[in-house]
Parts: sequence; structure tokens; C-alpha cells
Amino acid sequence: MAGLIIILAIVALVIFYFIGIYNALIRLRNRVKNAWSQIDVQLKRRHDLIPNLVETAKGYVKHERETLENVTEARSRAMGANSIGDKSRAESDLSGALSRFLLVVENYPDLKANQNFLALQEELTSTENKIAFARQGYNDQVLFFNNKIQMFPSNIIAQTFNFNQEEFFEIEDKAEKEVPKVSFTT
Amino acid sequence: MMWEIIAANKRKSIILFSGMALCLVLLGYFIGAAIEPEHGGISGLFLALGIWAFLSIVSYFSGDKILLTVSGARKVTHDLHPQLFNVVEEMKIAANLPAMPDVYIIDEPAPNAFAIGIKPEKCAVAVTAGLLSRLNRDELQGVIAHEISHILNRDVQFMTFAGIMLGSIVLVSEIFLRWMWFAPGAGRRYRSRSSSKFGGDHWMIVVGAIALAILGPIFARLLYFAISRKREYLADASAVRLTRYPEGLASALEKIALSDVQLQTANKVTAPMYIVNPLTGKKAGLTGLTSTHPPIHERIMILRTMTRGADYLDYQRAFSKMKGKPTMIIPTSGLKQSKGIQIREGSIDKTAPADEKDAVRKAFDLMRAMNGYAFLVCACGLKIKLPPDFDKPELLCPRCGRTNHVPTAELAAVGAAAGVLTGVGGGETLEPAPAPRNDEAPLEYVRKGKGWETYFCSCGKRMQISPAFCATHMSCTTCGRITKIIDHTTQ
Repeated sequence: MAGLIIILAIVALVIFYFIGIYNALIRLRNRVKNAWSQIDVQLKRRHDLIPNLVETAKGYVKHERETLENVTEARSRAMGANSIGDKSRAESDLSGALSRFLLVVENYPDLKANQNFLALQEELTSTENKIAFARQGYNDQVLFFNNKIQMFPSNIIAQTFNFNQEEFFEIEDKAEKEVPKVSFTT
Repeated sequence: MMWEIIAANKRKSIILFSGMALCLVLLGYFIGAAIEPEHGGISGLFLALGIWAFLSIVSYFSGDKILLTVSGARKVTHDLHPQLFNVVEEMKIAANLPAMPDVYIIDEPAPNAFAIGIKPEKCAVAVTAGLLSRLNRDELQGVIAHEISHILNRDVQFMTFAGIMLGSIVLVSEIFLRWMWFAPGAGRRYRSRSSSKFGGDHWMIVVGAIALAILGPIFARLLYFAISRKREYLADASAVRLTRYPEGLASALEKIALSDVQLQTANKVTAPMYIVNPLTGKKAGLTGLTSTHPPIHERIMILRTMTRGADYLDYQRAFSKMKGKPTMIIPTSGLKQSKGIQIREGSIDKTAPADEKDAVRKAFDLMRAMNGYAFLVCACGLKIKLPPDFDKPELLCPRCGRTNHVPTAELAAVGAAAGVLTGVGGGETLEPAPAPRNDEAPLEYVRKGKGWETYFCSCGKRMQISPAFCATHMSCTTCGRITKIIDHTTQ
């Protein structure tokens, strides 16, 4: 009898332990989702800002049609992307196109004096920063979650209940570190 | 990671806080016993604690409002200063604050900033108009990150309660010492009593009370300032970690240090709250042990030494290198989990003003915008400031004499938010000067050159023509008569 009770107690403990792990995994996954939604809000905001920006700049930067087209094109590709992997690639392309555009703008004093454009530029810069900060938070959460579902004993629960690894939101080195060519010849 | 630093902070706070509380309790007890030997000790103790509790409750519920009012801060919206608002929001995301802090601007041309808020859910950052006009985006970000770090590390919370403790100690000792000096019967009363009832022992208590009343405030102040200084370093380190850009904060501090405009609304009580000690020059007391902030050049040098990374470990290394001794600034739990954060590149932003004069002008513009002024840009480039109660439909530019229509309807819509309106009569569509109001032939004045010139209107009013004047007529500000200005260079 006593043996049975002990065995039952051990089984109950193990079950509670696994329930605890399961709940922790759910919590972590929700945190990842929440962190992702933080980024998503900012990405959407950036998509909304770009048409206005391009429209304002169009009249001034007539010789930079290609740069503007690149931005518009990168935006539509980013909006069409679905998986996080695709999205991070498309968004990093968009970041690259935008930073090239903002460098080009430096050569147009008239555009730089336009109040409307300056306000849009400030909003864009801020959104870029917010994306960067939110991305850091998201990646931290993903790292935490991925570690958890790979490590013993939580990996057993993760496999049984189909917890999959989350993807990092990464800006490719190419886009971030590429130095845009600035030519001083006109 | 952040949590462990907060926990380490909390432990230290409790130790220090207990030290100050002990000081207050002892002070209350001794003073009570010195005044009324029979039961005075206990009632003095409770009275001292009562003062502290009362002040704490007041400050807990309305301390932030009091401080903001005392500093002349005004709550602003996104429209008034989008950049400031955006930067605060960025730091909110980076620091993972649960709610967006309120943003305040202080009506002052001196550059400085502070944060308030007992808990991160409800906090506020305040910056002066002078700070906003001087700093570029990266620098502003550094300053805001420093302030948000103060909230995140629970510095504000601690400094508020410790400050009240210090205040109570100072208050109680002052009252006692003054009473000793100025109450004529005070000394004699207990002297006669103590000699008859309590013998010589009571003298010990009186001496103890006086000693405590003199030394207590000094001791409490030293504790308070020591922790304040250390927390400034920690907030600098956290700010760098949030922004990943030490140069931003470093050059912001440099600009603040270089400015020689004094902050008018700061006093000894509010001084520790600011990013840089606002009491410099005449107002500042002793340096070293009693200063609330570490020397600013040291802070700048530490930040500039950080070249490898932007984490706590890097700040600690830079700090040790600078000081030449390994004093721990960052709690060890924070150092252990450093994971190597890269320093980012500075952003391309060249909106910062060129010199001090320009900065002050921008600061005043911002202050006017906060107070409901509107700006009308004339075609000659002059920015005319319109007070909130301006109600005339048109306005002559004081520099070039053009008539600008005031868009009254838009002005009303602009309200408190800042808006730069372009004068309707601007650019090529220059409005002709209004027709003369009387039948007399218009007066004439022939310009001699291109510089400043003076002529007299027929009413005797002395009129000045500026070098930028390019219209054809000028109307007298007193009698309203129009004088035709003939420029010989164009004719």
C-alpha cells in the first residue's frame, strides 16, 4: 500500500513537472509572438510612410528615378512576403534602398528645406530605429525559446506537442554594412 | 538581465535607506529626550517618523506633479516636437517599458533634462527647450536613454524616498538647533530640571542631541550624494547599452558642459534629478564628496574610451581604465551576462545648430511655440512671431515692409501646436503696398546705398530701412502715412 502511494506520488510529481514545463513553453512562445507583433507594427508603419515620402521627393529628385523605383519596388516585395525568413530578407532590402535614398537626398538642398519632407524623414528615421530596437527584443526572445525547446528535458515536451523553432529576424550583413557609393562628380 | 541589476540596486538602496532611517530615528529620540526628559524620547521619535511619513505620502501621490510644476515643465504632444516624442518612444521600445512616458518640455534656454516617476508604468521625462535646440538626434537619444535608465534602474524611486528622508533629517535638526538658539528659556528650563531631578546624566543627552543635529544632516547628505553619483555612472552605462552608441551621450554631455547658460528653476533639492548638475558656477557648493554628479569630463572620457562594444562590461572596463583602479560600478550580475553588443554607426543628421547664438534662438522659438505663438515666414526670410492673441488680418514685415496676410482661420486651428505658416504674400506673388490712406501725394525717400538707413516721416517719426528691404513703399508705424522708397540702384 505504502509502495503504491509512493509510486503514485512520484507519478503525480512528474506529471506536475511536465505541466510546468509545458506552461513555460507556452509563455515563451507567446512572448515571441508579442515581440513579433511589436516589430510588425513598426514595419507596417514604414510601409505606410514610404508612398508619401516618394511622392514628396519625386518633384525634386528628377535624376534619381532609379533610386526611387528601388524603394517602391522593395516596399511592395516586403509587403508581399509571408514567412518571417522572407520578410526579414525583403525588409533588409528595403532598409538598404531607403538608406541609399536618404544619402541621395543630401545632394538636394531644396528637398532638404521642404518642411513636409523633413517631417516625413524624421518619422522614417524614428521608425527605422524602432524596428532595430524591437528586432533586438524579438531576437532575444527567440533565442531564449529556441534554447528551451532544444534542451533536456523540455525538448521532450516540445517534440510531443509540436513546438517548432522560431526564426530570427535578421538584417543581412550585406545590406547593413554595404557602404553606398557617393560620387562627388556631378 | 536588467532585473538582476534592479535587484542589486534594491538591496543597496535598502541598506542605505536603513542608514538614513536610523539617523532620523536617533535624531528624533535624542532631541525628544533633550527637550522633555521623561517621555520625550519616544514622542520625539514618533514625531520625526511622522514628518517623514507625511512628506512621503504627499510625494508619493503628487510628488511628480509638484516637481514638474516647480521646474516649470509643460506636457507636450507629438505635434509640438515630433523628434523628441519619437526618440522617447524608441527608448521606450529599447528599454521595454510597459507604457509610454509622458513628455515634458521646460521653458528654459539652459540645456538639461530629468526623469521622474516612482514606477515604470507611470513616469515622465522632461527636457529643457535649450537642450532640444542644441542637440542633434543621436545626442538627444543618448540623453533620453540616460533618463529612461534612471527610471528602469529604479533610481527615481530611491532618490525620491531618500531625498525625503534627507529632507526630514535636515528639517528636524534645523528646528531643534533654532529652538536651542532662540528660545530664551529653553536652556535654563532643562538645566534647572536636570540638576534637580536627573543629575548630570541629562547633559550627555543634550550634547548628543546637538551633535546629532549637526552631524546627522551631513552624514545623511554624504550617503545621499554618494549613491547619487554612483547611479549616474550606472545610468550612463545603461544608456549606452540601450542606444548602442556611446558617442551620442558623450557629445551631448560635452555640449551641455560647454553651455554657460544657467538653469533658473533648479535648486539644491531638485539638482540630483538632472542629467548634469544644474548648479554650476556661483550656485554650486563644494565639489567632491558633496557633489550630486560625477565630474562631467570624467563621464565623457569614460564614454569616449568605449570603443569595443556597448555592453556593461565595456563600460566597466572603460571606467577602470579611466580611474586607474577597479572600482565596481556595475553590479557583478550585470557583468556576467554581457553578451557583446556592437556599437552602431552614427546616423546622418546635420540638423544641429551651428553655434550658441543659433541654438538660443531655436530654444526661444520652441518656447514661443509652446506658449501658443505662431510663426509667419515672410518672403524676405524673416520669421515673424505672432502672439496667441494676435487678431489683425494683415501685418507689415518689420524688416522688408511687405504686407503679409495672417491666415487667421489656420491660426485658430493651429492652437497650441507649433506650426510654421508661410506668409500668403510671399514669394513672387508679392503684394503691392496698400494705397495711401489720405489724399496727399505720397512722400518720397531716395535710398543712398544698400545698408541701414534712417529717414523721418512727415509726422516726425524716425523710420529705419534695413539692408534686406526690397519693397517699394513703407508705412509709418505711428501715423500710417506711406512713404515711397526709391532705390537709385534699380532705377
